[in-house]
Amino acid sequence: MSIGFVMLCHTALDRAAEVARHWAERDCPVVIHVDKRVTRPACDSLVATLADLGNVRFSGRYACEWGTWGIVAATQTAATVMLRDFPKVRHVYLASGSCLPLRPLAELKAYLDSRPRVDFIESVTTEDVGWTIGGLDVERFTLRFPFSWRKQRGLFDAYVKLQRRFGFRRKVPPGLAPHLGSQWWCLTRQTLSAILEDPDRAATDRYFRRVWIPDESYFQTMVRRFSTNVESRSLTLSKFDFQGKPHIFYDDHLQLLRRSDCFVARKIWPQAGKLYQTFLHGEAAGQAAAEPNPGKIDRLFAKAVERRVKGRPGLYMQSRMPNENWENGRTAAAYSVFEGFSELFENFEAWLGKVAGTRAHGHLFAPDRVEFAGGEVVFSGALSDSAAMRDYAPKSFLSSLIWNTRGERQCFQFGPGDQQEISWFISGDPNAQVSVISGAWAIPLFHSNQNFSDIRREAARLQKIEAEHLAVLRTPWTKARVRIWTLAEFVENPMEPLQSIIDEISPRAMRRLTEAPRLADLKGFGQFLQNLRNQGMQPVLMGDFPTGEDPTPAASRRGRPYLVK
Amino acid sequence: MTGAIRLRAKRRRGHLRAYVHGKEMAVVADRSAAIKPGAILLLSTVRNERVRLPYFMRYYRDLGVDHFLFVDNASDDGTREYLAEQPDVSIWTTPASYKAAHFGVDWLSHLQRRFAHGHWCLTVDVDEFLVYPFCETRPLRALTDWLDASAVRSFSAMLLDMYPKGPVQARPYHEGQNPFEIAQWFDSGNYTIHRNPGSGNLWIQGGPRARMFFHNQPLNAPALNKIPLVNWHRSYAYVSSTHMLLPRGLNLVFDEWGGEKTSGCLLHAKFLDTFAVKAAEEMTRGQHYAESQEYIAYQAALSTQPDMWCKFSEKYINWRQLEILGLMSKGNWA
Repeated sequence: MSIGFVMLCHTALDRAAEVARHWAERDCPVVIHVDKRVTRPACDSLVATLADLGNVRFSGRYACEWGTWGIVAATQTAATVMLRDFPKVRHVYLASGSCLPLRPLAELKAYLDSRPRVDFIESVTTEDVGWTIGGLDVERFTLRFPFSWRKQRGLFDAYVKLQRRFGFRRKVPPGLAPHLGSQWWCLTRQTLSAILEDPDRAATDRYFRRVWIPDESYFQTMVRRFSTNVESRSLTLSKFDFQGKPHIFYDDHLQLLRRSDCFVARKIWPQAGKLYQTFLHGEAAGQAAAEPNPGKIDRLFAKAVERRVKGRPGLYMQSRMPNENWENGRTAAAYSVFEGFSELFENFEAWLGKVAGTRAHGHLFAPDRVEFAGGEVVFSGALSDSAAMRDYAPKSFLSSLIWNTRGERQCFQFGPGDQQEISWFISGDPNAQVSVISGAWAIPLFHSNQNFSDIRREAARLQKIEAEHLAVLRTPWTKARVRIWTLAEFVENPMEPLQSIIDEISPRAMRRLTEAPRLADLKGFGQFLQNLRNQGMQPVLMGDFPTGEDPTPAASRRGRPYLVK
Repeated sequence: MTGAIRLRAKRRRGHLRAYVHGKEMAVVADRSAAIKPGAILLLSTVRNERVRLPYFMRYYRDLGVDHFLFVDNASDDGTREYLAEQPDVSIWTTPASYKAAHFGVDWLSHLQRRFAHGHWCLTVDVDEFLVYPFCETRPLRALTDWLDASAVRSFSAMLLDMYPKGPVQARPYHEGQNPFEIAQWFDSGNYTIHRNPGSGNLWIQGGPRARMFFHNQPLNAPALNKIPLVNWHRSYAYVSSTHMLLPRGLNLVFDEWGGEKTSGCLLHAKFLDTFAVKAAEEMTRGQHYAESQEYIAYQAALSTQPDMWCKFSEKYINWRQLEILGLMSKGNWA
């Protein structure tokens, strides 16, 4: 008989009884504290269930409201009973009614027998804890908390604020260094009795009565005063989520719990029948002498909290609808927008898909239909090519497309002929790589067979739209990677910009472009622009095209086999 | 402030309507005395659903629903008799107009106010099957206990339209059969979300119905957002089917700061061979939402025996698949 259990119970008393019986039958005394708020008949039936066991005691009942002194008082009383009634107990283990032993008791005994003087209690100075919820850490010890956090939240917060405002501070009693830690500990008789029989205990208790959440600080602080050998960790596996409430274990955690090699876990869902059956009645021996290793469980719960707090970037769905600029990533992955390229080059999309190994769409925002790659009428995620559906919610359309194709980079064409509503969304998206050849929309007009007056009108319209779009791309709020060339600049030396764009899209390829897309025929384009000017329209976005002198790309300096003609 | 007053008035009107339309219902079998404190309740309106019921009952009994409350709207196929025999069912019947009772909302409101106060309450149609994180290994009670512990009052489950490969009429549905053996496919990523500024809920549209029947008028595509599971209080009220609740706070089932709250899906077994019959009947009854224009669109499209399946359709496997696709989320439930 080297270890005794103190159990604090308030719900699921039948499960608590099962666990208590498990320990008591294996020759470990158990002292049970039942919350005062539990009804008399329920408590009586628990007493009756365990009446056949000689080494189970019940201690005086306190109301254990969360965050209040009651829990400490209950622990003190129950621990006193334990030390008084069972003189052979060397370690006292504080557990709750929703704890479940994961390893055979013999292993825990052996573990403690080889560490007879060690107190297992998580005890961290207030400066070092990162997990307190609500920002109260040192202030737990220096402010007063007469109001219930759960029931009188308004008063609680107001009183805290008031004390902060007027700089009110309680004095921490001399000799106490405030420490915090998990409520669940395992202390030696020596340490525990020193705490309980401390001549100053009345004064200390009076102080802690008004400390916030004393169950996480009373023993954690006192143990620093009396213990000779503190091992600052809990033997109970107990994880808390971002709201400060404990994670709950279910039947499907069985393997995870088994492999954790922890001695006791909380909190178990009362109806997790398989867990109770396996761990209380299975007696499957684990790896003897293995150290508790909750790493896997830690990771699982850390991931869950991250999912709740940060979510998946670029996902918009029924339970994740971030306000603007709180998206933690507007879209799920990097994508490229090409403006003016398919006008300047022949078959640009086919070339791009081949060279960069990406999905190269046409004008996704074309007014009549969505031009998915390969002329598909539906695309990934069953997105429709209906322009009406796309324009009904353009942001949903683009973010869905990027989300649906995670793992494959998307490229698409854009231009002043397209629906412009998406401009702001793209310019504010760090995932967007936007490359613009401004004024390239004039090339299809140049090649078209329309009346010149219609061409002139259309050119004026497109130029206005593109100028507005470029203004959006140039605002200080732009987060996209934006590159803008005028048509004249680009035509002069197309390979270098193309190379740098492609390098950015597939950085690992790192090869020189050997095949360039074919430039559209620009013979006479300068004159075409001059004609527009003569008709009173001022084409500015193309840059400087001298009349009569047709643009020729600069000769390749290194003589690589470019096919630019 | 005036907005709040207006919504409160709306909620009160809902309660009044529930009272008025509650009088239209006659009891067929009332076993509500068997409802224990903390029991999980399921509420539903039915009309000629006999062939679907056995699987529906089995599905939700397996999840851990303790008691079913049905309103029968003048069925003539044995639905009422079948349900009246079930030991965990209470059923009322009414011949009154489904449309006049706000598409059944008023009838169910009446039952909710009478029986659901203090209970977790699942309000679904007979062709809707709730899927939530860990639903294969954890009963509904595990979810509601966790929601209670997290101080969450309402749980979102988006409607996910399931459809077969090939024409809807091609494979007949047999009684007791899992409908998703036939309707195995769904659209994974073509949904649009708008926020409803008045009542704070999301308005989700899309999926195969929007893609097939509403591609020219997406504004009219049916709403897919649903909040079917609520820890009911007598002051609550569903406003429009289970799409929207009052008070507004219950609609806040989504996180606004980038995180994900826990959510599920309602697999919608609408597109079975039974659908064509329903659509035809609906054309003559005109009892559905917005002048039944949804059904008018279906009827027009169905005459050509369309295939809702496309090569980007996703075949249903389990909830984890839906989670990975981003249609639902575990949130911080692990």
